[in-house]
Amino acid sequence: MSFIDRHIRAFLLVELMQGMFLTLHYMFRPKVTLNYPYEKGPLSPRFRGEHALRRYANGEERCIACKLCEAVCPAQAITIEAEPREDGSRRTTRYDIDMTKCIYCGFCEEACPVDAIVEGPNFEYATETHEELLYDKSKLLENGARWEVEIAKRLSLDAKYR
Amino acid sequence: MAQNQIKNMTLNFGPQHPAAHGVLRMVLEMDGEVIERADPHIGLLHRGTEKLIEYKTYHQATPYFDRLDYVAPQNQEHAFVLAAEKLLGAEVPERAQYIRVLYCEIGRILNHILNVASYAMDVGAMTPMLWSFEDRERLMEFCERVCGARMHMNYFRVGGVARDLPDGLAEDILAWTETFPQMIDDMETLLTENRIFKQRTVDIAKVTAEQAFDWGFTGPNLRASGIAWDLRKSQPYDAYAKIDFDIPVGKNGDCYDRYVVRMMEMRQSLKIMRQAINDMPAGPVRCTDPKVSPPPRAEMKSSMEALIHHFKLMTEGVRVPAGETYTAVEAPKGEFAVFLVSDGTNKPYRCKIRAPGFVHLQAMDMMCHGHMLADAVAVIGSIDVVFGEIDR
Repeated sequence: MSFIDRHIRAFLLVELMQGMFLTLHYMFRPKVTLNYPYEKGPLSPRFRGEHALRRYANGEERCIACKLCEAVCPAQAITIEAEPREDGSRRTTRYDIDMTKCIYCGFCEEACPVDAIVEGPNFEYATETHEELLYDKSKLLENGARWEVEIAKRLSLDAKYR
Repeated sequence: MAQNQIKNMTLNFGPQHPAAHGVLRMVLEMDGEVIERADPHIGLLHRGTEKLIEYKTYHQATPYFDRLDYVAPQNQEHAFVLAAEKLLGAEVPERAQYIRVLYCEIGRILNHILNVASYAMDVGAMTPMLWSFEDRERLMEFCERVCGARMHMNYFRVGGVARDLPDGLAEDILAWTETFPQMIDDMETLLTENRIFKQRTVDIAKVTAEQAFDWGFTGPNLRASGIAWDLRKSQPYDAYAKIDFDIPVGKNGDCYDRYVVRMMEMRQSLKIMRQAINDMPAGPVRCTDPKVSPPPRAEMKSSMEALIHHFKLMTEGVRVPAGETYTAVEAPKGEFAVFLVSDGTNKPYRCKIRAPGFVHLQAMDMMCHGHMLADAVAVIGSIDVVFGEIDR
């Protein structure tokens, strides 16, 4: 840029005008914001949200208390206690997840050999107290019942990559 | 005649100052409005990551790296998995190498967009911040589609990546690389020639090449001082050796050059991303050695041997041969490195993290000395610090 050119540009506020014109131009573009509670962004089948414990189609719990999720959890958010049931099968008596400790890494889902613990598509479970986020087995199974259709669909969509 | 002696004033900058980029507390010794001494106080975000990693298996340690520099998590993970792979001597499939390169460059753009936009906001330009978050959102969607989390990806694994790219994702990223240059152009229209932005940045905190070396600068801050040093070129890791790109270099080493270098690096990152997608071969994305990386799920459910490997890896983790390594990657902020010592067990004996922001922050006094108070804000913005990695 020559000396004269530079000074003419500086005097005429060229770069400021260009910037202002660009912002004006943006004003007439379609909006990109989402009106959140009513509109939501897309979620992939791999999204790692709220945990759920699943059941088989016949209503039997999937979890066999192998404690792999407990072992692999880097935040030590999972606590499991287990003993044999009356019919002799091994099941958990206690399955707690501290959702405030959980770092949503997805290792529990990866480790589970029977697809029992999964991280579902739900991310809207904010609560007002800490205690409500200390999930126990009944809460997790309830989540499983509520989200089963979506979870099963997600798992089948992603099965070939896992 | 009585003369009034005016004492220097000590001023607390941060830790709640919005321009302190997190939790930086800086004690400034002010002579009027001129900074005599800048004394950064760190540690407010210390979580003991290095110590915690000593108690985690190699498999469990990767999530910790997401949370260091949380603006570009992939690049941190990359350093750790490369270090562990070096000690293990594990072969990484070529497809996984290209996927890692692709996501590292996404991380670089994520970081540079946020840095340039917040830096511009610190010196008075609000609009780039509002615009650039649209493209950050798109990039985070790409991250979410590949691993399930928008920020803390936990995607890179020792021996490859967690899962393959889903169908259609590579095409979407490729299409995005064609639209993003328009956004860079728009941001440059607002900033590059803008007289207000230039008045705030040109000739502020000039760092000569010699000073940059003395203070251990790396990354864009070093390149802004005119030194073409980039670990992706000088000691290529993963697929970078096969990729053609240029290293943008600055001239004066001032705040303005650091901004320009970052803008140009984003264009180079797009070039790398296009090449990575086009050259990506088909094949496995995880090391096929069952002692290093868990078998595919279908196999685990049908083969007893695979199930045993799965159980061993998830509980005990991989045993890494004794040895030590210093592995560095070119993270968006500079040389991010992991010094990993293994004693032959399944947990690292020591994991020292070299964070680039830490080194850049300690030069604050050198850079701020003799400048005005308002320039301190421009300097913090231009050296690009994030406290997740500095305080660790």
